[in-house]
Amino acid sequence: MSATKLAQRDQGAPDYTKCLHPAMVKNYGKWMEHERIRPGVLVYTAENGDKLYTVRAGSPRTMSPITIRKICDIADRYCEGFLRFSTRTNVEFSLTKKEDIEPLIAAIETELGFPIGGTGASISNIAHTQGWLHCNLPATDAAGAVKALMDDLIDEFENENFPNRVKISTSCCQINCGRHSDIAIIVQHHHAPRINHNNMQICELPKVVAICPAAAIRPSVVDGNPTVEVVAEKCMYCGACHGQCPSMEIRDADTDSLSIWVGGKGANTRGGPSLMKLAVWGLPNNPPRWPEVSEAVRTILAAYREGAKDWERVGEWIERIGWQRFFEKTGFPFTKYHIEDGPNAMWTYNRSTHVRI
Amino acid sequence: MAKKEDDKGTNPGLNTPLLDQLEGGPWPSFVSDLKQWSETKPQVAQLLNQLEESYENRWNYWTGTVLNVSGYGGGVIARLSDKAEKYPDLAEFHTIRVIPPPGFVYSTERLRNLADICEKHGAGILQLHGLTGDALALGFDNESTFAAAEELMANGWDLGGSGAALRSLQCCVGQARCEMACFDTMKTTRFLTNHYIDFLHRPEFMYKFKIKISGCANDCANAMIGSDMPIMGTWRGPMQIDQEKVAEYIEEKGIEHVIDNVITRCPTRCISVKGKQLLVDDENCVRCMHCINVMHKALKPGKDQGVTICLGAKRTLKIGDTMSSVIVPFLKLDSEKDFENLTDLIDRMWEFWNDNGMDHERIGEFIARVGLGTFLEGCGIEPDPRMVQSTRTSPYINFEELAPGNFEGERTQQPKAWNREPETRESTS
Repeated sequence: MSATKLAQRDQGAPDYTKCLHPAMVKNYGKWMEHERIRPGVLVYTAENGDKLYTVRAGSPRTMSPITIRKICDIADRYCEGFLRFSTRTNVEFSLTKKEDIEPLIAAIETELGFPIGGTGASISNIAHTQGWLHCNLPATDAAGAVKALMDDLIDEFENENFPNRVKISTSCCQINCGRHSDIAIIVQHHHAPRINHNNMQICELPKVVAICPAAAIRPSVVDGNPTVEVVAEKCMYCGACHGQCPSMEIRDADTDSLSIWVGGKGANTRGGPSLMKLAVWGLPNNPPRWPEVSEAVRTILAAYREGAKDWERVGEWIERIGWQRFFEKTGFPFTKYHIEDGPNAMWTYNRSTHVRI
Repeated sequence: MAKKEDDKGTNPGLNTPLLDQLEGGPWPSFVSDLKQWSETKPQVAQLLNQLEESYENRWNYWTGTVLNVSGYGGGVIARLSDKAEKYPDLAEFHTIRVIPPPGFVYSTERLRNLADICEKHGAGILQLHGLTGDALALGFDNESTFAAAEELMANGWDLGGSGAALRSLQCCVGQARCEMACFDTMKTTRFLTNHYIDFLHRPEFMYKFKIKISGCANDCANAMIGSDMPIMGTWRGPMQIDQEKVAEYIEEKGIEHVIDNVITRCPTRCISVKGKQLLVDDENCVRCMHCINVMHKALKPGKDQGVTICLGAKRTLKIGDTMSSVIVPFLKLDSEKDFENLTDLIDRMWEFWNDNGMDHERIGEFIARVGLGTFLEGCGIEPDPRMVQSTRTSPYINFEELAPGNFEGERTQQPKAWNREPETRESTS
């Protein structure tokens, strides 16, 4: 295709061909098959018989230049100066010499302290958001919650002992940047926003009114100044207004809680993509290690490992055994809050006599 | 929890008893890393101290604001600390989004260059990568943001998207290292990034627009539920079957394994086993990749490859989750003309959405509001039954061809069913 002409200051996306391992350049589009040597280590074979080994290591995502340079040192030593990050923030080292795999792994483990794994039917690195480290909206942390949870799940990262892969994500506000996953941890608010009427001049009031999905926000005047008011019984505590205007404070350190959602899947395999659904609500937002969340996640994982057939993702397993069995197996209570409301709610009810009795 | 022995985080300004509890354990600790780094960059100690207060009070201390590099309308996520009096180095502490190489591949030379620039101008903290598809560089004040952006650009890096703009594109590793990829994901990502760089740098949309690109239906780039426009690799015609390897697989694993894990798991029941051969009803294969994943040496995507393009996914805020649905069932993506077809399609969809969408309305929300039929007509795309799971169930329809015209009595459409000549009816009986 013809090269796109960029404006003077626009650089565009970097030239990936200069960032690829030579074996990837040589065999681009000519790979034939792959094989798993051990969890975290794969070998790819090209049509001409070339082999490329890839070692995947879990990274903490947030890294100082000290760590970045250590990664580069290792890639220079074993990988001809190239490396890659996966979508779920693992770092991948590719190499052509089989005999270098063990020294490479030793270097990753001793110099970086990164675990090897995250491939196949394992728990990969947790997709997460910015949290208290650098976001303007969060009600909980992200990187710390991931660190605490992955400490707990390290065996599941380093081994492939599930029926299929398990993707986990966390989100630190109701915008849910962490998105759908097999298991997702999100924070929830429990009352209408508190309005700082003295600071409303920094916001565009029509936008604040218009963004409310529940039509709960109305223009108002307080002490002669234009502001808004919230009809509390209409509010569903989503925080859309808070993203629009920091004076609509939705967070509350005393009442915000965490919930766990299950069954999200982006892959089109078998039944196709699916949204995640509520499993557990009302867990405490308990830094620095959120032990209640870890325990609930482990409970779900144990039931999934025990009950799912090979290749079933968490959502497919629940779909087959039914939600009744899911709650039986995990011991979590099913409550009225698990039942959908809103415009499409009835499509989630059991619209048949298909009942496990 | 015991600290790691090699922890060198001894900065006397640090006071982080809660964060210290995130230093032990087997998973690599960002706290230990940043503590060590705080000896080089004192503002990182302030960052950790503020984070410690967040842990203590379960409260956040950042306020968002807007900062733009000259000529750009996005790419900087500007943050001001609410505790600037206590932590003066955090008064302005911004993130720069940097477009990474497609597929997140790096040479160490490029990655070192990125780290060097970020260290020189800011706090040097890198996040690889954000869920936005960007490389994130943290910790710049206003002036150093401008200086870092200039040096990044001088070194061939560019700022990522933010706000109501095209966001940085993201793709899987694709043909660089995967036999399942059905098209060149990296080339497509770089082409679209550069072609639409103006829309990425200078926000002019109703709201954000994300394009993510996966080489096959397995969707390693998280495109289907993580982007407004997933471009997904697929093929037409028969899949490739190596019956010798099928026989080997059946001998190794047993026929029951193949029935349980391949035959019965096909969503359209289009695969069956006969002796030691697999038979595929290719006409009914929906290219879900499951059987290929299980028997990846014996089965491969077909040879006539291209993409399926979907549209409309977003997470829950406002109207609830929307999922992507098919907008182009199959498009070749090889020649220059193919890429022109793709950009022509994107241009038309963007134009209709931005002419008619509401403020803060993602394209999926827009389609949910106006209906896919209206959207297709507005973009000049022919309706195709592969775009729906079923036809409609509601009988209340505005049939333009059958409507009696406007209230002034002027008939705007011809012919009308009740206006036809009787012999037409007879002739059809």
